[in-house]
Amino acid sequence: MAGAVHIPDEAETRAKWGGFAFSPAYKAKADIFIGRYPAGRQQSAVMALLDLAQRQVGEETQTQGWLPVPVIEYVASYLGMPYMRTYEVATFYTMYNLAPVGRFHVQICGTTPCMLRGSDDIIAACKNRGLVKGGTTPDGLFTLNEVECMGNCASAPMVQINDDNYEDLDYDSMTAILSDLAEGKQPKVGTQLPGRHTVEPFGGATTLQAMVDKNHDYRGDW
Amino acid sequence: MLADKDRIFTNLYGYQDFALKAAQKRGDWDKTAALMKVGQDAIIEEVKASGLRGRGGAGFPTGMKWSFMPKAPTPERPNFLVINADESEPGSCKDREIIRHDPHKLIEGALIAGFAMRARAAYIYIRGEYIFEAKVLEQAVAEAYSAGLLGKNAAKSGYDFDVFVHRGAGAYICGEETAMIESLEGKKGQPRLKPPFPAGAGLYGCPTTVNNVESIAVVPTILRRGAAWFKSFGRENNHGTKLFQISGHVEKPCVVEEEMGIPFRELIEKHCGGIRGGWDNLLAVIPGGSSVPLVPAAMMMDVPMDFDGCKAVGSGLGTAAVIVMDKSTDIVRAISRLSYFYKHESCGQCTPCREGTGWMWRVMEKMRIGNAEIGDIDTLYDVTKQVEGHTICALGDAAAWPIQGLIKHFRPEMERRIHEAKGNNMLEAAE
Repeated sequence: MAGAVHIPDEAETRAKWGGFAFSPAYKAKADIFIGRYPAGRQQSAVMALLDLAQRQVGEETQTQGWLPVPVIEYVASYLGMPYMRTYEVATFYTMYNLAPVGRFHVQICGTTPCMLRGSDDIIAACKNRGLVKGGTTPDGLFTLNEVECMGNCASAPMVQINDDNYEDLDYDSMTAILSDLAEGKQPKVGTQLPGRHTVEPFGGATTLQAMVDKNHDYRGDW
Repeated sequence: MLADKDRIFTNLYGYQDFALKAAQKRGDWDKTAALMKVGQDAIIEEVKASGLRGRGGAGFPTGMKWSFMPKAPTPERPNFLVINADESEPGSCKDREIIRHDPHKLIEGALIAGFAMRARAAYIYIRGEYIFEAKVLEQAVAEAYSAGLLGKNAAKSGYDFDVFVHRGAGAYICGEETAMIESLEGKKGQPRLKPPFPAGAGLYGCPTTVNNVESIAVVPTILRRGAAWFKSFGRENNHGTKLFQISGHVEKPCVVEEEMGIPFRELIEKHCGGIRGGWDNLLAVIPGGSSVPLVPAAMMMDVPMDFDGCKAVGSGLGTAAVIVMDKSTDIVRAISRLSYFYKHESCGQCTPCREGTGWMWRVMEKMRIGNAEIGDIDTLYDVTKQVEGHTICALGDAAAWPIQGLIKHFRPEMERRIHEAKGNNMLEAAE
């Protein structure tokens, strides 16, 4: 891959992350997740714990986090799982980053429904701002990836940046979002079409109009 | 058109609050214990009588699925309900709206369905990318616990029931029921061989039923209004209301609840403002999410949007994710992008799928620019037939069908590209 990310070598990674442990706040969350499964089935919480670990790494590095090998080992021992079983999970699911990412992880949906609505323009907007697919910008701000269907098809095209979705994008709105983020501003989350609320038809819902202004109870009409 | 009073998901667009108090005002959690009082078998019978078919794509009768669960589970081997919120099929975006705007319909449904199948708990497996939606769902579940609607003596029904949220981490395949169970157990999401079916040995080896979000969330309303009400919508064997998700080249893409069997043209005209550039500009439609074959414009116009209607034109209703393509579409690229999707999402367990999805995508990319021989189209078709039906789960089939649909309906276009590419090459050679 052309823009392949730099994975720090093992000695470097060990030196930095060898002493990784959940902070008290993350440990409390981890134990809540483990409590959701029957006794002896704590392995079920591995996905949640890897996510927490990645978030903690992200906080410590001011990025979106990744999973260095010592961190995966820590999660494995936390759950009493063999390391390889945990590593398997970390590599199987796409949301675990196996290499460092930037402060903003820009994930563009490029699957057919978004493609039909112009995701090529969104990718172009990123490219023209210096973002490269699979790579991180030199200032460490943006990592760009094309991802598979994110389930926002009725408000396509869309991009997920960190934990937020931006929908109904075009070239200009995508450029504006990237500029805002770079300047430390929080852009409006959700649809970028002025006047659209969520996934109702643009220009006004064709159904359930009574719900727009008040919490209508339709049971009276049954 | 379906009347607003007959729509189940009244807060579909999120104009109002999702939280418990607002949901109760809209009618959720209203005398839930009374609905459950009729008994487990009566609930299953009622759901059977309503004609509800699973909303996750396959359309298996929901009540019948529940009836496969053991009637007398033991504490060592309890029954489980797993709710499939791993909505990842390209085109599908309905469960997201239910979860972020009407989560209490799902949670109440989980209690009733879990009770009916004698389950000890429900796990809601929500896809990892739905970060905001998972937060909403967690909040709604916590609210239900503090209000005594879940947990011991849930909703004062005398039944103990838990609902847990489990977040995925980005894998389409986990929407397959046995892969979902594997993933819930903390493993890679690779589908299991069936039999044993989940109702015999599922999560942790215990009897398990996996249901789609929409199938569960409609149950409380069906019980409140009666099976006959739900059955009054749609044609024989295709009853009820359904969330349609229209994306692609319509004037106004949207999610909307409509009666099953609404003709395609009516659906688009009423809610989506028509096809971009008018009806003459319609090229093809994928009526049920990426896994079903596309249908050319001429065949699609008057199709009733239900399971049998879509089947009759060689496709399927799937999740009712309608992807509309107008004549500006590069149809080969559109399908090739889906092939890339399946290549990316193949779990790698079965050789025909692991190798086949990559091969099919590479050949599709050649077809896109016409860098192929005419005979390659037949080879491609042959390979899709060798992948189809030769894998543990249906991902192999899902990767094969869109290509088969393309070859069936757009072979002339594929041949044209090959001829054109060859013509250009010859011209270049002559210069």
